[in-house]
Amino acid sequence: MKSNNRNGLTRLIYNPTARSLFFQAVVLGGLLWFMLTIIGNVMTNLDSRGISTGFGFLSQPAGFGISQTLIEYNETFSFGRTFIVGLLNTLLVSALGIVAATILGVFVGISRISPNWLLRKISMVYIEILRNIPLLLQIFFWYFVVLQTLPRPRDSITFGEAIFINVRGVFVPKPMAETGFTFYVILIVAAIIGVFVLGRWAKRRMIDTGQQFPVFWTSVGILIGTVLIGYFITGRPISLEYPELRGLNFRGGISLLPELLALWFALTIYTSTYIGEIVRSGIQSVAHGQTEACRALGLNEKQRMNLVILPQAMRVMIPPMTSQYLNLTKNSSLATAIGYPDLVSVFAGTTLNQTGQAIEIITMTMLVYLTISLSVSAFMNWFNKRVALVER
Amino acid sequence: MEKFTPIESRPAPLVEVGIIGWMRRNLFSSIPNTLVTLFTAYMLWIVLVPFINWAFISSDWFGTSREDCSSGGACWVFVTVRWNLFMYGFYPEDSYWRPNLAFILLIVTIAWLSIPNLPFKKWVGIAAITVYPVVAYTLLYGGFGLEVIPTHRWGGLMLTLVLALIGIVAAIPIGILLALGRRSEMPVIKMVCVIFIEFWRGVPLITILFMASVMLPLFFAGGTDADKLMRALIGIIMFQSAYMAEVVRGGLQALSKGQFEGADALGLSYWQKMNLVVLPQALKIMIPGIVNTLISLFKDTSLIVIIGLLDVLGMVRQALSDPAWLGYPAEGYLFAAFMFWIFCFSMSRYSIYLEDRLNTGHRN
Repeated sequence: MKSNNRNGLTRLIYNPTARSLFFQAVVLGGLLWFMLTIIGNVMTNLDSRGISTGFGFLSQPAGFGISQTLIEYNETFSFGRTFIVGLLNTLLVSALGIVAATILGVFVGISRISPNWLLRKISMVYIEILRNIPLLLQIFFWYFVVLQTLPRPRDSITFGEAIFINVRGVFVPKPMAETGFTFYVILIVAAIIGVFVLGRWAKRRMIDTGQQFPVFWTSVGILIGTVLIGYFITGRPISLEYPELRGLNFRGGISLLPELLALWFALTIYTSTYIGEIVRSGIQSVAHGQTEACRALGLNEKQRMNLVILPQAMRVMIPPMTSQYLNLTKNSSLATAIGYPDLVSVFAGTTLNQTGQAIEIITMTMLVYLTISLSVSAFMNWFNKRVALVER
Repeated sequence: MEKFTPIESRPAPLVEVGIIGWMRRNLFSSIPNTLVTLFTAYMLWIVLVPFINWAFISSDWFGTSREDCSSGGACWVFVTVRWNLFMYGFYPEDSYWRPNLAFILLIVTIAWLSIPNLPFKKWVGIAAITVYPVVAYTLLYGGFGLEVIPTHRWGGLMLTLVLALIGIVAAIPIGILLALGRRSEMPVIKMVCVIFIEFWRGVPLITILFMASVMLPLFFAGGTDADKLMRALIGIIMFQSAYMAEVVRGGLQALSKGQFEGADALGLSYWQKMNLVVLPQALKIMIPGIVNTLISLFKDTSLIVIIGLLDVLGMVRQALSDPAWLGYPAEGYLFAAFMFWIFCFSMSRYSIYLEDRLNTGHRN
């Protein structure tokens, strides 16, 4: 018998389990060896260059200023604080970008399938041009070309002496809380809760009796009414601090740095081209039969979009949309090229230069982005499972 | 009985056919549509006319200094006097033939491989991935009797192309291996691949480039200062192969399970199954994804400006800071944008063409 002639080794080679164990051991061993070599090298290199290790630097005073801070900060605060300031700035520009890119992207995507030939072609040209140019270049273009054509602070473009636009940025009035502000906020929150309750009640009534209730307009009415009437009832709890020209620049109000504007515009426009394509393909992915069925049922165009096409298109659009949002967040790190004080710029840039602790700082920076990416994709996977079509 | 002759049919109304009919259908079909058309046309008019006037009609193209820019429009002289710098960086002028030759060879090879129905494709393909890299390296860097030109003198469009090409060529095989590893049934290998892919995909390229430029030297024994370009390339390849792995995984998942089972049933080994059955089908599905990755890689190469390498964008930025030529940022950036755009746009068109050509009708 042939099989009896096989010795133990041959049998082992032809055994899939043994083979897979062997390969895994080899990979694991190789990886460990690689890691140990690198760690050993890093240790000797750090020693020979006299760079300290550990996270002690996070509590040392930073000693440099940051041009835009969402929380209190000055030179005496620690490097740990610069990390938080940078992170908040990253989140700010990402959030602004996501909102604006979604609005613009949806508009571009719908224009792509509009019945109007001119609009269709223009949005196509817009997408084809702007998504084939590197984002970094677009940021530079906005920052060094477009925003530099704005007037000097003294000749600012102004809207009613409240909003000023000049080469130093955009200056808008800053709302300041006065007495009665808490009450006003409570009133608005109550109105929002009221709108939700109304929506649920209307839906239940529609399911039970088939009668529809104009939820949208009622809600808009309630919200605007509360905001306006509540403002006067609570005794004008918000006052505005207007920006003023003092010397060479404006003081007071909220100032949007040109760096922030350039980054925001570039991120918005670049991402909107991708979102536009996602929206277009999402809507087009809904089978034409659905449209025909809607017409057969006598739904009007608005009902067709809202009740049939969009709910189905959304399901296709959500995963690529999420990855675009993540891309935008990651791309916001290009801020460092024009000096917007985001996480990479203040932490992996200035802080790294001052302390020299490359390993700790780069690792922390990467971990922040990794955490954002992984938690958002975990959430989206969960959400996607919930809305995914359950097929046979 | 008189023979029946139908009256000749009347021509369609003038407003329904021809250019008028087309405009009525596509531009002025309803009141909102008409308003949209008029508004869009107006916007187009106020943007495009000044731009064309600035960029073409009242612009200057030839000359040697900024005094030649007198027409008040765009000063393309800024670009034309620096054409060589933008193309080759600080590569020595008497050696321009070397990158040129390398590039021509590449074009010929790619053309040979991409034009249908040419003979010896297999051999050209093999030469492209074995012989060509050696030839190109020798031509660009030096050796074998050619003068050595260190990489810090490389720049301009040449550097962009080198980074993008090496990046993609190295990323494809690594990406395939990672994707196969991610689908493997061996838990350790699967875990290693998943961690690798998710790590590189989760962080921005810029932090990877920072890592490559400040952390990587610490990883080598004795603090070897590897070439800056080399370090950037390692970062780019890691980043790109993770994205490539996801493209490949998408392609593999699109194949029906029966293909895998059929190959197993025929008794093919793992690599036979992959090479003969799975990858030929999967690669076809992946082509759009691969080209998209290539396009984004091409755009991403511009980020190396931040760590101090001078690609097209870097050269333009350097030229803009030249005191003799201050004040032409629009021309400089538009030129760089056009350079990137032309490559990315043609790649995306080629990918669409390829998709159509390879479409064997399996898709519904």
